[in-house]
Amino acid sequence: MKASLQKLFSPGPDGAIARGRCAGFMLIESVRQVYGHLVAIDDVSLAVAPGEILCLLGASGCGKTTLLRLAAGVEAPTSGRILLDGREVAGPSVFVPPEERGVGLVFQDYALFPHMSIVDNVMFGLRHMRKAAARELAIRALDRVALARYADDFPHMLSGGEQQRVALARALAPRPSIILMDEPFSNLDQRLRETIREETMTLLREEGISAVVVTHDPEEAMHIADRIALMRAGRIVQSGTAEDLYFRPETLFAARFFCDFNEIEATSRDGVVETPLGSFPAPAEVPNGPCLVCIRPQALQIAADGHGKAAEVVARRFLGRVDRIRIRVPGLPRDLHARLRDARAYRPGQKVGLQVDPRDVLTFPTDSPKS
Amino acid sequence: MSSLTSAILWPFAPRLRRGVGGWLAGSFVVAALVAAPIVSLALLAAQGSGDLWPHLVAYILPQAFRDTLLLLGGVGILVVTIGASAAWLVTAYDFPGRRWLEWALLLPLAMPTYIIAYAYLDLLHPIGPVQSGLRALLGYESPRDLILPDIRSMGGCILLFGFVLYPYVYLSTRAMFLMQIASLVEVARTLSAGRAGVFFRVALPLARPAIAVGTSLALMEALNDVGASEFLGVRTLTVSIYSTWINRSNLPGAAQIALLMLLVVVTLIIIERFARRRQRYAGAAQRQRKLTPQRLGGWRGALAVVACLVPVLIGFVLPALYLVTEAAKRIRFAGISPEIVTQTITTVTISAIATVVALLLGLVLAFTARLAQRAFSAMLLRVASLGYAVPGTVLALGLLAPLTAVDGWIDDTSRMVFGVGTGLLLFGSGAALVYAYAARFLTISTGGIEAGLARISPSLDHAGRTLGASALGVVTRIQLPLISPALLSAGLLVFVDCMKELPATLLLRPLNLETLATHLYGEAARGTYEDGSVAALAIVLFGLVPVVLLARLGQRRIVARGRTAEPVDNVASDSLILGSAALDAAPVPASGPQVNGSYVSGTDPRT
Repeated sequence: MKASLQKLFSPGPDGAIARGRCAGFMLIESVRQVYGHLVAIDDVSLAVAPGEILCLLGASGCGKTTLLRLAAGVEAPTSGRILLDGREVAGPSVFVPPEERGVGLVFQDYALFPHMSIVDNVMFGLRHMRKAAARELAIRALDRVALARYADDFPHMLSGGEQQRVALARALAPRPSIILMDEPFSNLDQRLRETIREETMTLLREEGISAVVVTHDPEEAMHIADRIALMRAGRIVQSGTAEDLYFRPETLFAARFFCDFNEIEATSRDGVVETPLGSFPAPAEVPNGPCLVCIRPQALQIAADGHGKAAEVVARRFLGRVDRIRIRVPGLPRDLHARLRDARAYRPGQKVGLQVDPRDVLTFPTDSPKS
Repeated sequence: MSSLTSAILWPFAPRLRRGVGGWLAGSFVVAALVAAPIVSLALLAAQGSGDLWPHLVAYILPQAFRDTLLLLGGVGILVVTIGASAAWLVTAYDFPGRRWLEWALLLPLAMPTYIIAYAYLDLLHPIGPVQSGLRALLGYESPRDLILPDIRSMGGCILLFGFVLYPYVYLSTRAMFLMQIASLVEVARTLSAGRAGVFFRVALPLARPAIAVGTSLALMEALNDVGASEFLGVRTLTVSIYSTWINRSNLPGAAQIALLMLLVVVTLIIIERFARRRQRYAGAAQRQRKLTPQRLGGWRGALAVVACLVPVLIGFVLPALYLVTEAAKRIRFAGISPEIVTQTITTVTISAIATVVALLLGLVLAFTARLAQRAFSAMLLRVASLGYAVPGTVLALGLLAPLTAVDGWIDDTSRMVFGVGTGLLLFGSGAALVYAYAARFLTISTGGIEAGLARISPSLDHAGRTLGASALGVVTRIQLPLISPALLSAGLLVFVDCMKELPATLLLRPLNLETLATHLYGEAARGTYEDGSVAALAIVLFGLVPVVLLARLGQRRIVARGRTAEPVDNVASDSLILGSAALDAAPVPASGPQVNGSYVSGTDPRT
């Protein structure tokens, strides 16, 4: 696997197609986008460093695609500025149309021109050079994604994964300073998706090209991104590395986006939260009063009865790598879910002892405005 | 096999398709009824026209062919230019008045070719308002001082036809632009294609199938026309058929020309099919998102407004204003004559009957095709759709012999059994007219119903069957309710087409029966077309109904898209576009991807 990837993406003898391309950087400053009464983007500021791969993550309708479209220039922002490599491309008095921006765009449906052959698709953006040279460059770009032999086929003859790679080659061929991808892997089936994702990201990193990738899948974002910007209702809720968002979510929303918690309502007092599972330290920003204790499924460990909090196994589901176990604890309104390895010995109805790893417990105030 | 399994396997297991035989037989009869006039035409032509043929070949045909081809060529270029560019302007760009123009561009659909010809003959007459106005403006005294090109010429005819027939191209092309090219256009732009590049390198090649469909519809209309070209002095094949039959009373001769004309139609169809041989590429699954129009400001915006306004003005507003003023004058002078009232009632009655017949036959055909899913039923559908491609004159000619024979047989039988003759029952009662209308416009109803059915996911049928409904139960409880909007708009289109129909009506109507269209034609033949203005206005007003409906559905679609991002389709435009199924019973490319917008998702396209 590894070997074939390296073969696929090792630079050709006469250098990579992107040789000489300098990674671009993008700055988005207080951008708003309003459609009638709908505020699609609400005062978003964001920077993409040269060579960085940034993920815009969020549920559908959160504005992530709109932000991407604004960056590409296929829409103009209501207010705010966008800078590309230091040049203002959208602002109060400036609007550079997409054809003059030098950005690459890859769509979820790949948007290959159905009336053109594969190589003509890749040559589409290479109009400024002579045809022979453009074709040579296009073939080389196709070679980079291992599709040169399909050059004269038509898009509908290719599989989804191949079409995705053509779209990538087409976007990269004119050497854009930044590449923008809208859910580029969502139309691929599970197994293929992981392979293509790896290949694509390896290519982008080798070329050192900056990229903004839109996705709704937190796991995918963690796979590909240097930095993740989590969006909600047209705003960026939090941005940072995958670890930042996972371990140090600033809001309950961000926390829930990356994990299915066991949530327990409790009350915090002077930095301590008492629950039927025991007491946990509350972070300083949680005020005295009602709060929500969030326990990751993997924080729960079970042992023989008597070791830890008394509990009862309600159901067990074998999932391969782990078992998913439903546990009932006296005093808790809802059952807890745990994910455990080597838990096949436990049977429904069995009395067990429950232990909680406090490092996997987060506490948020209940009246959190972002809940 | 248990009924549950059979329900699940239906319709894939052939032996489980019980009761399809009846449907197939019904469809066969419908197809035979449509094919009958064409067969009879061939028989008629084979009789030979005696000594007329050499005359036809030497003097009539070369000129008629030349005129027809010139007319079709000119109209073709004009409708593509106007239709495709207007469609692109209103979908890709945003400029003042765009929303209004988007549907106003459809208005000329309500204007039959013969009415626009009469209107412009008067408007552009040397002592008409346009020339008088020009003279006043330029300071000329007499008509002799300023001689403009005569509208009564090939050029004038092409111009007028182009400006009333472009909406066919506009409609199909705009549907294509709306459906599937948002992401393609955006990608093209990031690959540094400018405005012209996007249009010529991406939009236009992709829309080629839709343009081909629209153009062939427009040309079919041009070919069908008898009133306008005759009055503008263009002697097309259609006009030759009419005059050979009526003036020379030579039926076989007319049939021979009619067969030649069918040849022209077949050529058109072949060209059209060739032009969209790549439709499978165009139908490739693309996510359907509406193109965000680019704002055009300043002189560019103004230019776009003018470009979209001119076709509306020439194709609808000017002639409509003329009709309104003339009709007002006429009514003030003479009131509404009882004749017009009778004619309106006659026209509406016959059109309504024909519409019901066409819808019923269309239902039979479309349901057979869905139930049977066999090559045979598809072929029947294709044959039954031929009517639209057959010009009215040709159809009327073909119907004459078989209907006369049937009339004679009924008369004889009645004499023998009851001792009383019935006379010409079919011709005398107007049944012949209903037959002709239904045969000619059957495609519109079939196309509309098929488009509606195509959007119903087969899983709905299967769900119905597994829940205990019979095949007929699925039709009445699931499919019919779901296609009712499609049925309604298809019915409206057929109705209006019947109201406007002129050539077949002229030839097949019972003695002393006048419809609005034939009344107008009669006035025009006497050179007193302004006297027919009330009838003309009535026709145009009726014709406006489906156009307004089209426009309203179009607007709704945009709203619905904004809300659900689910393509909600324009049933009326489907029926119109699918009306071209005459060209090919397979779904046209413009509708190919629409199949995705099925009812499965629970969004009701009527909202």
